[in-house]
Amino acid sequence: MNPMRITVLACAVLGLAPLVAQAQAKLKVGLMLPYTGTYAALGNAIENGFKQYVAEQGGKLGGREIDYVKVDDESDPAKATDNVNKLVKRDNVDVIVGSVHSGVAMAMAKVAKDSGTMLIVPNAGADAVTGPMCAPNIFRSSFSNWQPGYAMGEALAKKGVKNVVTITWKYAAGDEMVKGFREAFEKGGGKVGKELNLPFPNVEFQALLTEIAAAKPEAVFAFFAGAGAVKFVKDYAAAGLNKTIPLVGTGFLTDGTLEAQGDAANGVQTTLHYADGLNTPRDNAFRLAYAKAYKLQPDVYAVQGYDAAQMLGIGLAATHGDITKKAEFAAALRKAKIDSPRGPFTLSPSHNPVQDFYLRQVANKENKVVGIASKALADPGRGCKM
Amino acid sequence: MLKPPLAFVAAAFALLGAYPLLGGAYGMDLAAKMMIYAIFALSLELLVGGTGLVCFGQAAFFGAGAYAAVRLSPSDAPAALLWLLPASVAAGALLALAVGALSLRTRGVYFIMVTLAFAQMAYYVVHDTALGGGSDGIYLNFKPALGSALDLDRPLPMYAFILGCLAFSFVLLALLRRSRFGRALAGIKANEARMRASGFSTYPYKLAAFTLSGAIAALAGFLFAVKDGFVNPELLSWHFSGAVLVMIILGGLGHLRGALIGAFAFTLLQEFFKSEAVFGAFAKHWMLGLGLSIIGCVALLPRGLVGMPAWWRERREQRESRGATGAMP
Amino acid sequence: MDFATFLIQCLNALQYGLLLFLVASGLTLIFGIMGVINLAHGSFYMIGAYLAFGLAAPVAAAFGGGFFSVLAIGIVLAVLLGYALEWAFFAYLYEREHLQQVLMTYGLILVLEELRSIVFGDEVHGVAAPPLLAGSLPLGDTMSYPVYRLFISAVCIALAAGMYLVLTRTRLGMMIRAGSANREMVQSLGIDLEFLYRVVFAAGVALAVLAGMVAAPVSSVYPGMGNTVLIACFVVVVIGGIGSVRGALLAALLIGFVDTFGKVLLPQAAGVAVYLLMALILLWRPEGLVRAG
Repeated sequence: MNPMRITVLACAVLGLAPLVAQAQAKLKVGLMLPYTGTYAALGNAIENGFKQYVAEQGGKLGGREIDYVKVDDESDPAKATDNVNKLVKRDNVDVIVGSVHSGVAMAMAKVAKDSGTMLIVPNAGADAVTGPMCAPNIFRSSFSNWQPGYAMGEALAKKGVKNVVTITWKYAAGDEMVKGFREAFEKGGGKVGKELNLPFPNVEFQALLTEIAAAKPEAVFAFFAGAGAVKFVKDYAAAGLNKTIPLVGTGFLTDGTLEAQGDAANGVQTTLHYADGLNTPRDNAFRLAYAKAYKLQPDVYAVQGYDAAQMLGIGLAATHGDITKKAEFAAALRKAKIDSPRGPFTLSPSHNPVQDFYLRQVANKENKVVGIASKALADPGRGCKM
Repeated sequence: MLKPPLAFVAAAFALLGAYPLLGGAYGMDLAAKMMIYAIFALSLELLVGGTGLVCFGQAAFFGAGAYAAVRLSPSDAPAALLWLLPASVAAGALLALAVGALSLRTRGVYFIMVTLAFAQMAYYVVHDTALGGGSDGIYLNFKPALGSALDLDRPLPMYAFILGCLAFSFVLLALLRRSRFGRALAGIKANEARMRASGFSTYPYKLAAFTLSGAIAALAGFLFAVKDGFVNPELLSWHFSGAVLVMIILGGLGHLRGALIGAFAFTLLQEFFKSEAVFGAFAKHWMLGLGLSIIGCVALLPRGLVGMPAWWRERREQRESRGATGAMP
Repeated sequence: MDFATFLIQCLNALQYGLLLFLVASGLTLIFGIMGVINLAHGSFYMIGAYLAFGLAAPVAAAFGGGFFSVLAIGIVLAVLLGYALEWAFFAYLYEREHLQQVLMTYGLILVLEELRSIVFGDEVHGVAAPPLLAGSLPLGDTMSYPVYRLFISAVCIALAAGMYLVLTRTRLGMMIRAGSANREMVQSLGIDLEFLYRVVFAAGVALAVLAGMVAAPVSSVYPGMGNTVLIACFVVVVIGGIGSVRGALLAALLIGFVDTFGKVLLPQAAGVAVYLLMALILLWRPEGLVRAG
């Protein structure tokens, strides 16, 4: 071979080597999830779902192997800034995935926005994350708190219900779900009589259950999740209220909790972007694989974790594994139609999923789909300036 | 030649000043946090070590400064530093004035409990009402600006600013101790009844100390809010009030440098017990190590870390004197 | 609010107040007799709840025992724990200043929380009420009141009565009341103070543990549950008067009502209300409502 060609070839190889090295270097993913406390089961489900998608892609996303760094956020917004700073500044992760608790996610979004680190939120629905705190490097694979509340408000108003009492924990997630519910419900001609709440994660519902009985509304809209949801539904039934006042809520009231709630949950209607028994080929394949790998039935949290990995994969595929190409990453996700077990969804301009919300009813320890409460519901992204 | 305590403090500040050249991004962040805690500890040292008032609600004033900084900033533009800083400090001072005016009518264990009660009230106001924005906390969207002279969005100017505030607080309190006011406070700590018998009306002095202490705590809170851009009600929790008490005991009561040492030692101790490099999977139980350390420190080091050189010297002298007089029978 | 609802809320308030009294009575005795501020008292409550959860399965497997066996075993364990803890740790706190007691017991809280985390883990757990008491009493057309909550109130009332009898009719009770009013005099009368202290401490721990066990079915078992109870207990003790069991009862009921009705009538101010009450009472009567003795 002539020396010129060898030189050119050598330069090409040397020039490409760093790029190849970069593409082969492991991608550091920081998982900041609750591994203890009232949301521990949710954190584990999200991680399981995320890892399942990566495994299905042969252990690589965008041609790069994944290196996980885990931090337990304990669902504590007070420690959140410190925890996420550890991931971003000390461990130098490329992508952060988290969290479950809205307050924690808010702290994460601030640090992500200031530092430019890619953030994918696999659950926390804080409206601010795809609202005033939105950024080109922040994405969500789950929902905004406004969405499921709004969907239930629509569904209930359509049924002709006029008078409702709401009850939830007093924190960002609870307030925003009730706000979404109220918006749709009042638009449909209903009225929210009382808005009851108690501090998170308090589970002493007795005094408030008494208030509900006294107010005698046509229905009760509740948001609780994890262990709190288990206790509320059981206490509601123990107080005899389930016989006369129907209980409705966002899906978190009955997702992942039906085993513990038992008969107390029968008949409870909820709205969520996922349900049991959707019976689509995509969902069936997902559920089978998840049950085989983890010996557990998947829930909405597992799907959200799975889709977070899927979104990361789509972005990385478009940039050939280069996480620093943020504009291309974002552009790819904005045009993408994500093939999720919940059904295909797209992302709104503020990077929140635009998706169908199913109306489900509990029967035989399952959340069965009885209809679609809201089709292709998009969060308005109020306050987002992108 | 400088006296050892002064040399120590000068060396500490020099080290802090040089640290940005040595530490990485995370290290600077940690050091900045420790300096903020040091200012907070100094404020409590004025009360506990300087005046003998054990306040179990200091976090309320810290939180007042932090929340004032966020609440008084406009949501779409940076506030002026020259205005925001004094306003936040004033918020803490006013709260301290109000709480002090009522609490100082009690003594001893009741004083401890009343300050705790007022701090809890502040906590619940911030946690439950619209004033505080709820249990998740609120954002500071734009850090305050001093024209173009100081860009607090970058870590190095932020670090320098915090160091400056720490130096200012330290010097202020050091001068205060040597002043007539400071000596009156020391007298109140030693024996309040005797002070009153000599004609001093102790209440105004105690109230002034309490208010100043609240102001300095609010300064620390202000810096915290500006550094992280995010505040939440746990900044006012009694856990935080307890932690800062531990800091000054750990460092050593009665000495300003004790507050500095205590804040740094406490934070480093926490980081040590949390580090997975040392403890592996057990690191998630870091509070066990911290709890045992606190118990050990209070039980075995009554004078704190500051007293260690003296304690060491005493032990050595004891050993030498025993040797000089021959073996004991 | 109609009359039926008002009555039910009163029941709720009573139940909360009585439970608080059970925990706080131990704290006030320890505080009054030994002069020790024990911040770790809330942790004993938490230990009780976790015992109720942790002992359920082994006790059922060992001899088919149910909830009441668990309670009995728990009380025995609590007394032993209290005795051991007093001997090993608290005995050193008597002569120290309040600040040191606060800090050492604060360290103890951290240690106990982590031990709990190591032994029991960090998940939230439920404890089932015994089948005998698991029903509900219908009150009004929509609302039923869980029988178990009435049981809690009954237990607390029984214990309060028992404490009253012991304190007023036995020699031990006499020594306790005397020690609470004037420790030095009791010492100079030649009464074995060490033994007295140990008994009082063990009793205080047992009361808190029992309260935690009994409350577990309604409050769930979760990390950090001791902290909320602790602060409420301190408020009870300080309002009621340090060392006075009668004062603790009065204060606990007062707080039960203020808290319950506050949550319902003014949810935003509910948290503040209790502390406002404490601050006002302290400024009016700095030694609390009832003087000890």
